[in-house]
Parts: sequence; structure tokens; C-alpha cells
Amino acid sequence: MKELFPAKQVMGFVSSLLLTVVALCVYFLDMSFEVGMTILLVTAFIQAALQLVFFMHAGESSDKKAIYTNVYYGIAIALVTVFGTLLTLIWGYM
Amino acid sequence: MEFFDRFAVPHPSPLIYASMVAIALTLIAVVIGITYFKKWGYLWREWLTTVDHKRIGMMYIISALLMLFRGGVDGIMMRLQTAVPENSFLDAQHYNEVFTTHGIVMIIFMAMAFIIGMMNIVVPLQIGARDVAFPRLNAISFWLYFAGAMLFNVSFVIGGSPDAGWTNYFPLAGTDFSQSVGVNYYMWALQISGLGTLMTGINFIVTILKMRAPGMTLMKMPMFTWSALITNVIIVFAFPVLTIALLMGTLDRQFGTHFFASTNGGMDMLWANLFWVWGHPEVYILILPAFGIYSEVIATFSQRNLYGYKSMVGSMVLISFMSFLVWVHHFFTMGHGPLVNGIFSITTMAIAVPTGIKIFNWLLTMWKGKIRFTVPMLYSIGFIPLFTIGGVTGVMLAIASADYQYHNTMFLVAHFHNVIIPGVVFAMLAGLTYWWPKVFGFMLNERIGKWGFWFLSIGFCLAFFPMYITGLDGQARRMYTYSEETGFGPLNLLSFFGAGLMAIAFILIVFNIYYSFRNSPRNVGQDPWNARSLEWATHNPVPEYNFAVTPVVNSSEAFWDSKKNGHNLFPDKFEKIHMPNNSGVPVIMAGFFFIFGFSFVFSIWIGVILAALGIFGCMAYRTFENDHGRYISVEEIKETEKKYGGAK
Repeated sequence: MKELFPAKQVMGFVSSLLLTVVALCVYFLDMSFEVGMTILLVTAFIQAALQLVFFMHAGESSDKKAIYTNVYYGIAIALVTVFGTLLTLIWGYM
Repeated sequence: MEFFDRFAVPHPSPLIYASMVAIALTLIAVVIGITYFKKWGYLWREWLTTVDHKRIGMMYIISALLMLFRGGVDGIMMRLQTAVPENSFLDAQHYNEVFTTHGIVMIIFMAMAFIIGMMNIVVPLQIGARDVAFPRLNAISFWLYFAGAMLFNVSFVIGGSPDAGWTNYFPLAGTDFSQSVGVNYYMWALQISGLGTLMTGINFIVTILKMRAPGMTLMKMPMFTWSALITNVIIVFAFPVLTIALLMGTLDRQFGTHFFASTNGGMDMLWANLFWVWGHPEVYILILPAFGIYSEVIATFSQRNLYGYKSMVGSMVLISFMSFLVWVHHFFTMGHGPLVNGIFSITTMAIAVPTGIKIFNWLLTMWKGKIRFTVPMLYSIGFIPLFTIGGVTGVMLAIASADYQYHNTMFLVAHFHNVIIPGVVFAMLAGLTYWWPKVFGFMLNERIGKWGFWFLSIGFCLAFFPMYITGLDGQARRMYTYSEETGFGPLNLLSFFGAGLMAIAFILIVFNIYYSFRNSPRNVGQDPWNARSLEWATHNPVPEYNFAVTPVVNSSEAFWDSKKNGHNLFPDKFEKIHMPNNSGVPVIMAGFFFIFGFSFVFSIWIGVILAALGIFGCMAYRTFENDHGRYISVEEIKETEKKYGGAK
């Protein structure tokens, strides 16, 4: 019976509900734009990672390495693009 | 009549009316021709509905050659206009449209199509697969590309062509400064064909990762397949940026948003930024497959294995990541501080290092090799010095402070033609000649091919090297005319002369196809070039199932091993082969996409809605369709193999 119970998935489900509640707080509680945005960004990324690992079974097949390489590569490029754009158009603009 | 007024060309000229008549006549001739020879059924069964990677590849390459013709005519018109000072062959508006469409047609509809066509034909053969991973998706990719290309090409006879440059910078491309539908065409043609490209990217990554022959580990893949893998990874990560930028541009132009406006919180520089976040990786999407082709050709015709396989792979992986770190070098002069320009200057110079490694690897492959000067090899040898000049001028442009002098001059135009023509066009012609017998079972004539090469190379040097000088003297790009006092006249005339030689080269290359089709012997055998990699281990032309028996390999040069070291490529017996069925859905769906795009360009919402319903209808049909493919029986395989002369 223990093997049949998807403990991991249930845990993932509970965590993603929890993250949703935390993200909803930004709307219902009164906080500054920066704090709210930080909470949203952090919870969004954890949420995405949860979905990928628990419900899309990223680490459970023989393609584990290719899948994670792709994900990390994608994250790296997204960060470079976003921060590079900020640097170019806002922070480093004279 | 009011409804039809919008389709009128806002800036007509005799040339455009002549093109309208020519297009109409050609269309009528094609329809009558196909009907007269009763080829509609053949066309539908064998080509429009095909999912065979070789045929899709051929259709890509035929489209690419057509687009090369169209873009080439644009190029010659520009050279003709600037050949003498104060020329009045084209006016300013027409010249703007010509250089804009020249850029888009050559990059998106010629070079990309050529590259994807080559990958389609060669990659499954090189990895010993029967087809790509998703054959139906592959057909959709092609037809979406084709729909996008056609949409772009009708622009100059219906409604007017885009005229804001191929980079389409806002706010010039916004509705304030570009009122005609031209830029809408740009948005939708690129959007539709970009979707196709993105699907190709996913398709080929899966194909290469999952469908390699037994024994072929990643580090035993032929170099062209490696370059295709890296290219498709870049496609998947870069094209979404273009998709979103185009969507934001469309919203700005047709729905009144202000993403790229200079007012109401918009930021006009954001377009340039997003365009080049896609645009710079795009440059490497174009060049990496070319590098792959050169690696194959140089190894084959030097009769040596490729020098530095691992460093080749390593430098490509490095390029794939670094290509995302350099985009700001396209607009050093936009006004950011020395810190930003310094960072992107350094990354730009750094990316020249892995490229340099590859140049040395090719030189060392040829070192002490038995070089045969065939047409593909001539293109590869011509590529090395010419491309290096382009690379070095690129490093000059990378010096941000000096770029204030070069920016937007003919020096830049000379530089990027100098990397793209010897880089991409030479590679495609080398690949076309090299793999031609693989696809058609006969060789292209070497003599005519060599004439073509020399005309193209000399024409190229004469056409583009003078631009370096006029650029340094201050001739700006995209300037439709200049006064005699500037002194640009003689060099521009020389440049026009070079363009003429390149046109002759194109005619020679097309004539070569016709001549060889008529005269070349058909019994070239399996291995006309004494080649090395796996694609040559099957018959010419390739049977629809590619390999009668799945090959087993143990190195990147499996075919060479089987010839020289007694490696047994086909240890297994014949088995029935599972093949995908043809389908008409992709071409019908692309037709709906064309109507969708065309209606959107002119804001005809009823057409947009109906076409969208059609697109979703095709998807729904596919969802509930029951298609398990078909089997080719062992008897059938044996019969086909016998026809090719002896079963293995």
C-alpha cells in the first residue's frame, strides 16, 4: 500500500497550493511594489520548478540529463536576456 | 470600390506594373501547364502531401533558389541605382522598399530555407534514421515557411512592400511614419514562417537526440549533424523572442498599444533591443550549418579525418551560448554608456576565438591531405580566406569607440555580406553540389560548376570590397543616391560590375542543373566522391525508407570504416519497415495561415476569424485522426534493393 500511495505528488500538490496562497497575499495585503514583485517572482519560479519535477516527471526517465541541461540553459539565457536588456536600456543608459 | 482601394500599391511605378503582369502571366502559365500535362494528381500525391524528409528538403531548396533569384534581382537593382551619381532609375521610396525586401528575402526566405532544406535531406541519413521524429510536423514547418514567403512576396503588388529596413526599427516602423500596410506584411510574414522554423527546431533536436543509429553516441555523430543540433538549440531559444517582438509590433500598429512608441510609457529602443536578442543568435543559426558542411566537404576531399573533432564540437557549444551575449554590438551608437559598450565589445571579440579555432582545424585537416579540387572543395577553400576577412572586419566593428565611425556606413554592409556570402551562400552551393548525387542519382557538371565558382568569387570581391573603402570615406548605407562631388561614383560602378558577375554565376549554376539533368550519366554508384560519413552508405538516389537495414556504427566516419577497416555496417536482416502516411492537412492548414495573415495585414476581421476557425479545425481533425502509419514488407524491400543493383 505504501508503494502505491503517491506521497511525492501529494506533497507537490500541497506545496503548490501553499505557493498560490502566498502569491495571493500580494493582492490582499498592503505592501510596496518592490516587495510584492519579489514575492511574485520567487513564488512563480518555485511553482514552475515544482510542476516540472513532480507533475511533468522531469527527473524520472533516461532523458534526465538532456532535460535538465535544457532547463538550465533556458534559465541562463532568460536571465542574460532580461538583465542584459535592463543594463542596456536602463541602468547603463546615459 | 472603396473596399478594393486598400489593395492598391501606394507608390506605383512602371516596374511594379510590369511585375504584376509578369506574376499574373506566370501563374496562368503554371496552372495551364499542370492541367495540360495532367499533373495535378501527381503534384498532390507526391509533393503537396508528402511527409518524406528528402522531398520536403528538396522543396525547401527549390524555394530557396527562387528566393535567391528574387533577392538577387533586388540586389542588382540597388547596385544599378547607385552605380552612377544622381541616378534616377529608382526613387527614394522604391529604393527603401527594395533594400528592405532584399534583406528579409535573403535572410529569412533564402538562407534559412536553404539551411533547413540541407538539414532535412542530410541529417536523418547521417544518423541512420528513417525520417525525422515528427514527419507531419516537418511538413507543417515547410508549408508555414512557404505561406510566409508567399505572403511577403505578394506585398509589392498588393498594398505595398515594407520600407523600414529589414531591421524594421521603431518608431520609423510605427504607424506615425509608415502608414501603408507594408510593415504589417513584415510582421505577419515573419510571424508565420517563424512559427515553422520554431517547429523545425524542436523536430530536429528530438530527431538527433532520440533517433541515432545503434552505436552512434553524441561524440560519434558526423560534424554536420552536430552543427545541426547546435543550430536547432539556438533556434528554439532565439525564435520565441522574435515571435513576441513581432506580436508587440503588431499590437502597436493595429491595436494602438505603445510598446515601441516614444510616448505614453513606451520605449522605441526596446524593438531594436529585442530584434537583436533574436537577430544575433540568428547570425549563428545561419553560419553553424555552413561550418558543418565545410567540415564534411574538407575532410572528404582532403582524404583525411577531420582535425580536432572535440575542439570543433566544443567551440560550437561555446558559440551557441556566447551568441546570446553579444547583441548590443548592433547598436553601440544608440546612447548607452561606456560600461555597456565595453562589456559587449569584449564579448564580441571573445566569440571570434572559437570561430578562429574552427578555421585552424580546417587548415590542419587539409595539411598533408590529398586535396582534390572539386566544386564543393573549391567553395570551401575559397571560403576560408574570404570569410576570415569578414571576421577581421567584424572585430574592427566590435571596437565600440571606433564603431561610431563605421556605424551605418557601407563598411558595415561590406562586412556582413563578406561573412554571409562566403559563409552561408558558398556553403549552400558546396553542399548542393556535394549532396546532389545523393538526392538525384547523377552528378552536377564539374566544368560549369567551376566557372560558376570563379564568377561568383571574383564577382563577390569586386562587388563588396569597394564598399569597405566608400564606407570609410563616409558613404552611408540605405542612401538612394549621392552627388558627384562625394567621389563615390567610380567605386560604386565597380561594385555594380561585380554584382553583374555574380548574376552570371547564378545563371551558370541554374544552367548547370539543367545541363547535368540532360547530359550526366545516371550510374554514379553509391559513393561518387569517395566520402566518409554514414549518408553515403545507402543508394543514390535514396530509397524512401533510407536504409534497408538499420546501420550499426562505431565512429563518426562509419562509412569510411566499412570501406577501409572492414567494419560491418549492416549486421542485421531485412525487417518490415514502419513508415508515416502522407497527409494533406499541413498544406491546407498553411493555406488557412496565409489567408489569416493576409486578412490581418489589411485588418479584414471576418477573414481573420474564418481562417482562424480553419486553422483550429485542422488541429481538431488531427487530434481525432486515427493514423498509425504503414508498413513496407520485406518482399517489397528486397524488390527495391534488387532494382538498385544487388541486395546487401
